[in-house]
This record gives sequence, C-alpha cells and structure tokens, in this order.
Amino acid sequence: MDKRGRLSKFGAGLTSAASSAIAILVGLAVGFIILLATNPGQAVRGLGVIVSGGFNGGMKGLGQVLYYATPLILTGLSVGFCFKTGLFNIGSSGQLIVGAFAGIWVGANAAPWIPAPLLWLAALLAATLAGAAWGAIPGLFKSLLNVHEVIACIMCNYIGMYGVNFLIKNSNVYDPLKNQTIDMTRAAIPKAGLDRIFFSLKGRFLDASSVNGGIFIALALAIATSVVLDRTVFGYELKACGLNRFASRYAGINEKRGIFLSLAIAGGLSGAAGGLMYLAPAGGLRINVIETLAAQGFNGIPVALLGLSNPIGIIFSALFVAYIEQGGYYLQRLEYMPEIINIIIAVIIYFSAFALLMRQAVGAARSRLARRSGKRARGREAGRA
Amino acid sequence: MSESTGAWPIIVFLIQQMWYFSIPLLIVALGGMFSERSGVVNIALEGIMVIGAFTSLFLINRLQDTMSGQGLLCLALLAAAVSGTLFTLPHAYASINLRSDQTISGTALNMAAPAIAIYVARTFQENHVQQVMFRNTFRLASAPILGDIPFVGPLLFRNAYLTTYIGFAILIVSYIVLYKTRFGLRLRACGEHPQAADSVGVNVYRTRYAGVLISGALAGIGGLVFVIPTSTDFNATVSGYGFLALAVLIFGQWRPLRIFLAALFFGLMKTIASAYSGVPALKTLPIPSDIYKMAPYAATLAALALTSKRSQAPRASGEPYDQGSR
Repeated sequence: MDKRGRLSKFGAGLTSAASSAIAILVGLAVGFIILLATNPGQAVRGLGVIVSGGFNGGMKGLGQVLYYATPLILTGLSVGFCFKTGLFNIGSSGQLIVGAFAGIWVGANAAPWIPAPLLWLAALLAATLAGAAWGAIPGLFKSLLNVHEVIACIMCNYIGMYGVNFLIKNSNVYDPLKNQTIDMTRAAIPKAGLDRIFFSLKGRFLDASSVNGGIFIALALAIATSVVLDRTVFGYELKACGLNRFASRYAGINEKRGIFLSLAIAGGLSGAAGGLMYLAPAGGLRINVIETLAAQGFNGIPVALLGLSNPIGIIFSALFVAYIEQGGYYLQRLEYMPEIINIIIAVIIYFSAFALLMRQAVGAARSRLARRSGKRARGREAGRA
Repeated sequence: MSESTGAWPIIVFLIQQMWYFSIPLLIVALGGMFSERSGVVNIALEGIMVIGAFTSLFLINRLQDTMSGQGLLCLALLAAAVSGTLFTLPHAYASINLRSDQTISGTALNMAAPAIAIYVARTFQENHVQQVMFRNTFRLASAPILGDIPFVGPLLFRNAYLTTYIGFAILIVSYIVLYKTRFGLRLRACGEHPQAADSVGVNVYRTRYAGVLISGALAGIGGLVFVIPTSTDFNATVSGYGFLALAVLIFGQWRPLRIFLAALFFGLMKTIASAYSGVPALKTLPIPSDIYKMAPYAATLAALALTSKRSQAPRASGEPYDQGSR
C-alpha cells in the first residue's frame, strides 16, 4: 500500500472512531436524562457510576468485564462473520446452547480416554464442532433449498433449546434437584493465572473474579477470524458474496458453498462461546432446564453492529458492552434499575447508524477534495508544459 | 357427529386454543408484511410487541378498578396501536430518511423495548416489581346468538376474545388495501422497484413511512392480543413471538392469505404441543413433552424446505431508497 493509501485508511479509522465516540456520548446523554427524570438528586453520581463501569469494582470489577466480554466477543464474531457474507445469523442462541451441551457431555464422559489436563480442551472442541453442525443446518437449508436463513435460524433456536432440554434430562449430566446441569470442575476452562491478578480483598478473604483463560481463546479466535476475512482467498470470496451475490456468482465464486461454510463457521464461534461459558468450576454457570432461549446469543447482534462486523472492532465493542453493563450492576447501589444500561446501549447502536452515514459523508467530501486537488495538479503540469 | 361425544369436544377445545396462538402471529406478520412490501425490513417486531403490550396492559392495570370488559379492551387496543406506531418512528426515520442499515435500528428497538418496559414498571409501580398484573375480564363465554350456531358457534364464538374477530377484520382489510386500492399498488411498487414508482410520481418516502408505521400499529396490537388470553401478568417479554411472526411472514411469502394459512398451521402445531396431554390419542403415545414442544418448529422448517424453492422476498426490501441515485 502506498503512503497515500495508508494515510487515507488511517483517516477513515479516525473518522469511524470519532463517530463511535459521538454515538456513545449521545447514549450517555440519554442515560443522564433518564437518571434525572427518575431521581434528580442522585443523577450526577449515577452517571459517574455508569461511566466508571468495571472500575467500580476495582481489579475484581475489571476481571468481571473480561469475564462477561468473553462470550460476547464470540457471539459478536458469529453474527459479524455472517454479516460480512450478507447473511443474518439470528441463530446464535441455539448454536450456543447446543455447543454448551456437547461440551458439558464430553467434559463429563470423556475422562477415561482423555488425560485430565486436556479434558477441557476436548470439551471445548466438542462444543465448537456441535455449534458448527447446528449452524450448518440453516446453511444447508439456505444453500440447497432456498429457505430464508432468518427463519431457519429462528426455528433452529427453538429446536436446539427444546432438544438440549430433552438431552440433559435423559443423560448423566443432569442434576434433577436443581433442574440444571452438573458441576464441571474437572473440565473447567483453566484460570491461566488471571484469578491472581483480578481480585479484590474483603478483609482477609480473597474475592477473585470469575475471569478465566477463555478470554485469551476468544481474542485468538477474533484474530483468526480477522486473518481469514482479510488475508485469504476464502475470506475474499465470502466478502464478495456479501457485497454482491450475483457479481460473485458471475465471477465464478461458489456462492452456495460460501453460504454453507459461513453459517457453519458462525455456528462454531457461537458453540465455542457456549463451551467457554458453561465449562465452569464449582459455583460457575450451569445450563438451567428452562424454556427460554439463551439471551447471550441475541446479545451478539448489538456487539457485531457496534463493532461494524470487523473482528477487531468486535473485541472492543464486546469489552465496552461488558464494561458498561458492570456500571449498571453497581448502579443498583443508588437504587436505579440496571435496565437503563440496555437503553443506553440501544441508543448508542441507533446513533451508530447515523455515525456510519456521517463517515460516508466525510469520505465523499474527502474524495471530492482529492479529485479537485488532482485536477489542480494536472492543470499546473499542463501550464508548465 | 353429535356435539357432546367422541372427538368433537377435543377438536372444539383445540381450535379455541389455536386462535390464542394464531391470531397474534397473524396480526404481527401482517404488520411486517406492510413494512416489507414497502421495502423496509422490520426486525423490530418483537420490540414493538413488547412496547404495545406494556403500554396497553399498564393502562389496563391503572384503569381496571373503574372500567372492565370490552370497553376497556378497546381502549387498550387503541393504546397498543398508538404506542407501537410511535415506537416505530425512529426505525422509519433511520431507514427511510437516513438510509441506514435497517437491521441496526431494528436491533436497537428490540434491545430498548424490554429495558424500557422493566424500567418504567419498576419505577412507577407502587411495589417496584417489573410484572404488570391485570385482571382478565375480556373473555366472551359465548357470543350472543352467534355462539349458538351449530359447529361454527363453538369453534369461533365461545371462549373467545374480541381480539380474534379484530384479527380477522385486519386480515380482510389488509387484503383489500394491498390488492384493491391505489395505496396498496403504490406500496407494492415501492417494495419491488422504487425507482420506477418514483418515476411515475409516487412519493416513495411517504409510502414507505406509511408501510412502516402500519407495521408498528399492528405489531403493538399483536403484543396485547398475545398476552391477554395466555397470562394475567406481563413480564416485559412476548416470548419471541415477534421473531416467530417474522418467520410466519416469510413462510406466508409476504402475501396476506398465505400468511393466514401459515399462522393457522403454526398455531395449530403450537396448540397440539402445549395441550397434547388433554388429547387421549396423543397422551398415550410414548413421546416426551420436549419433543412435542419442538414439533411446531421442526414441522415449520420441514414445510419450508418443501415450499421455498421459488420463494422470493420483495425485491427492494432492505434496500434504502436514494432519490439522488435514481
């Protein structure tokens, strides 16, 4: 890339960062207005708590930010990857729960064959593969039978949820007393030393954050996704399908294969999210046998949108969402409802749509300027000649 | 077949239950149809249902000591339609005037709706809980005269709600509006080829606004219609019915009568799944309840696999219209 191209890419990045910042400011302003409307006396302190986010809880709070960001990064990637291919993966919820069950089942049953230190890895792989298989179903329906991926994904969410409930109740991972899955201590994701960094002291008692090595896995997968999308022929073909299906078909790209693989990869990412969430030690998350779709899957949509479907952007947007959600958690001390955070995030997403437009406008102005200066330079050259 | 023996009472029971599932899906999917046929994808149906249901049930909660029955229900329906329309305005503005990605504003509305419902409920209710309780005084045990018609009476006019008939009315009106009026023709043109519509003098922006706002009103109504027969409190959720309505809309191929059939199909499957233990023939089968509950979704997927080969969304749906790039 020549110097000019690099500069303009840097400029575009700067504009998009600036427009995201504006969207965030508008979101916070709306949040402040709501705080004022509910209880004016505490509003300024409340805003401070929201902005401080994870810092409210010291090192433990920051650890919690990383902990909650881990599945958000992966579901965000899952949705964003499909956006790049022109598909809307609304089935992340089902892929996540199917993956989680497969991970738990392998974690509980594969012990005789797999050495204990690697059990979590086998379980996580199983979760990823099961999620990928679940994502491949709408992929097949879309590419072979022309079934709209949105409807196939919605149906697969419910089929997956009821199916997992059925399988849990009829397998050895069921704890009927608590109506949830059993303890996964033996196959838990390793802490990777993070619990010794992110903790706070309660007297002489060490109050460690739930963060674990999963955050590294999520980051690695984000980088891998970025490489696949930007540095491989396969990624190029997927993006081409997303930009113009007909043109890429005309150019000889196998669009059906792209659709299938894109949804399968997205499913794998969501399945990994499920594995990282539920392969947790004693006191961690368990799958509750209830008839509600897993919310984390749907939370991937705003994360992907805020991150503009860019894998690196998604890391930051997931961290941001987890950070501000922590602010909502601590906001309850001032007797505000934590739901205000979701309203703020919704406003930010809404205004990020405006921000995109602003960026396009800036881009158009810049290219107009470049054209004009180009013309002037040509004019000078003509004059000299 | 006499009315009191054999399978007849069970069929009557199933059909009466079916309306509770089918009618809200029908109303919301028809709403989505108006939006998508005008060229704007509306994935915010879920959020709009939540707001419509919340506003109207909060109103019922406040007024139920002074009013009851069908009068209150009509007032609540009005509130649901108005709140749904207002809540949809930002989506219309972003996707029509600003030409932004229609998934973004839809997702924002879906995210905001339950948060707003919970926040308002917990802030303004005396007990600070998020559930909005209401007394169901709206059921018609038997409609006068009509309930006594043989066969049709028990199926349609007993244990029913006014909302069922409103659903039918919306279906008929939607069909007429879409296919028999000038507005409907323009709406469809804007969803298929807005440039062509504009070139013959149709105001694409205004027509799309109409489509999106109609979808808001109908989704708002659908939220209320969904909650009333199935619950006595509202907990800031419509259990994914907005997304199911989206599925019914696609299953119904963006056409009113097919949407009706799709809603009936899904409603019937859903009824069987939730009421199978009341049907002797099904109860004795060795099928676990989770499999029954899964069946409506699996059956829909299978039906789609068989019918989607030639499926085609409105051509311009999801694409912002830019007059300058004509």
